[in-house]
Amino acid sequence: MIRRAHLVRAVATCCLAAAPSIIHAQDTTFRGVTINGTYDPLRDKWGVVVLPVAGPQGDSVRAIVQRDLDFSDRFSIIAVDTSDVSALHARGTAAGLNYPLFARLAAAAVVEITPVPSGLHVALYDVAAAKVINVGEFSLPPTMGRDWRMAVHRTSDEIARWVTGQRGIAATRVAYMRGSVVHIVDSDGAGDIAIPTAENAMSPAWNPVGSSLAYTTYGLDSRLFVLDLATGRSRNIVSAGRNAIVQTPTFSPDGSTIVYARASESQGDLYAVTRDGGTSRRLTVARGAYNASPAFSPDGRRIVYVSNVLGRPELYVMDADGTGADVLTNYDFSENNYRSDPDWSPDGRQVAYQERIDGRFQIRTIPITGGTPKLLTSDGENEQPSWAPDARHLVFTSTRTGVRQLWVLDSESGRLRQLTRSGGSRLAAWSPRLEGPR
Amino acid sequence: MKRLQRVAGLTSTAVAVAVLAGCHKKPEAAPEPVATPAFNADSARLAQEEAARRAAEDAARRRAADSAAAAQAEAARAATAAAAEMRTTLTSPVHFDYDQSTLRPDAQAALDAKIPILQANSDVMIRIDGNTDERGSDEYNLALGERRAAAAKQYLVQHGIADNRIETVSYGEERPVAQGSDESAWSQNRRDEFEITSGGQMLRRP
Repeated sequence: MIRRAHLVRAVATCCLAAAPSIIHAQDTTFRGVTINGTYDPLRDKWGVVVLPVAGPQGDSVRAIVQRDLDFSDRFSIIAVDTSDVSALHARGTAAGLNYPLFARLAAAAVVEITPVPSGLHVALYDVAAAKVINVGEFSLPPTMGRDWRMAVHRTSDEIARWVTGQRGIAATRVAYMRGSVVHIVDSDGAGDIAIPTAENAMSPAWNPVGSSLAYTTYGLDSRLFVLDLATGRSRNIVSAGRNAIVQTPTFSPDGSTIVYARASESQGDLYAVTRDGGTSRRLTVARGAYNASPAFSPDGRRIVYVSNVLGRPELYVMDADGTGADVLTNYDFSENNYRSDPDWSPDGRQVAYQERIDGRFQIRTIPITGGTPKLLTSDGENEQPSWAPDARHLVFTSTRTGVRQLWVLDSESGRLRQLTRSGGSRLAAWSPRLEGPR
Repeated sequence: MKRLQRVAGLTSTAVAVAVLAGCHKKPEAAPEPVATPAFNADSARLAQEEAARRAAEDAARRRAADSAAAAQAEAARAATAAAAEMRTTLTSPVHFDYDQSTLRPDAQAALDAKIPILQANSDVMIRIDGNTDERGSDEYNLALGERRAAAAKQYLVQHGIADNRIETVSYGEERPVAQGSDESAWSQNRRDEFEITSGGQMLRRP
């Protein structure tokens, strides 16, 4: 799909770079076409111009791409006067750009999107190098719907990769609960739909390819289901049985296993079951305490979870087979501690969770190697963090407007945006990157 | 209640008098030949008296039947009221302190009141629903609700109620009885609810 036009590493752009460096040296999946620069997320963003897009869907395409790049928090969208399009091009040519103009606007990159029969043709210009550094074609469904928007999001994510070396997160969705109803919304807040489930659903969790959701039901006859998003059918994987509930399911990174908690009258333990059901394997022995809310490390070798084995809810890390448990949140020990709802970052480096501070939950992150936790929120009550695939953005529940809504936080810059507009939204789970039409 | 009983007592006395009066008169009337035509002035008067006496007897019988039915209904009402009271005792919730699943003295007293009723009605099965207030993690509260239901069940089992008669379930913070985000609402929501799942139709007194 993507034709690499020029496998040349562009030189650092004047407006951003203090000293040249390779941003993502470990990224070996796509070499040679990033626009280089020393990048400080708190201060620097790539200035980018998205040229007007022709065709009946052109304005929508441009608006979505601009917003996606903006929401990635790695670009600043530069507005240009589009009343005289000819001024954007080099004098006397249709193809070449007026590079001096874009340099004056502090643009590092210019995105040119052209409708073609199969979808979109995209060209990326490096302003400092004064040339096209990448082109690609992206197919679009013929009608503008959920799939069409997702295809535009995938285009945005690829443009982000061309510039920064890292794919964007626009082509993702967030599953969450509104009351006891599962919803799914696009990462930009559009296309919100309710998903029919069994009654009393809770805690939706994505499988690693984003094709299904695991969830549990609470109350009588508590069960664990896997919902196939293509068919809408829920399949019963585990039944809690009498005097117990099952809760907080999570998929292993390879998608083969679901780990969940089963709380009985005597204790709550973590169990593993294959995604197709069958006999569950017990992972922990809580001895009168309650373990819950497991989340895998991205390599699938470890699990972070919450337990009150020492009296108060704290976070623990164990090997995926249930051995070697050790407390992660071992700072500021107090009998009033309440730390819960952990989610392991997709880069493996840290765990986001909620901690009760002065009677209200706030979002924190702690390095997996231990050390000083960071406090990310303070306004209202903030809970239930879930990482985006870029290991940088988090979706969480906040009461800052007076009712529970989902918000997206850029953990690097602190920038916030509101994702949902309907009260009672909670328990968000950010999807993986969605590769194909869903 | 007392007044009703007294009325019932008076009515039964009247019935007894009427019955005795009937028995006393009958031997006097019996020797008279039934087919004999009336040949003295008294015969018409006697017939009238006989008719009046029978009407009075019928009325008394009806009154007796009515009052017996009333007494029966009253007894049924009293039994129903007692059953309702027992049902209320059995299903009254117990409350917990913040972040706690230990039974407070008032919770123990509420459970103590349930024990004799459960003992007298061994066919009764109950379910305990554990609930939390809205503070705490939505998900972890589901686990803690289970712990609260278990605390009440354990107490009842320790006092001789069979384990298999008590089911437990947790609703976490998903089913608040009081809305609002203050201690008044929270303290009402931190509770175990009790439901009779079978055998509660004819509760017997302990």
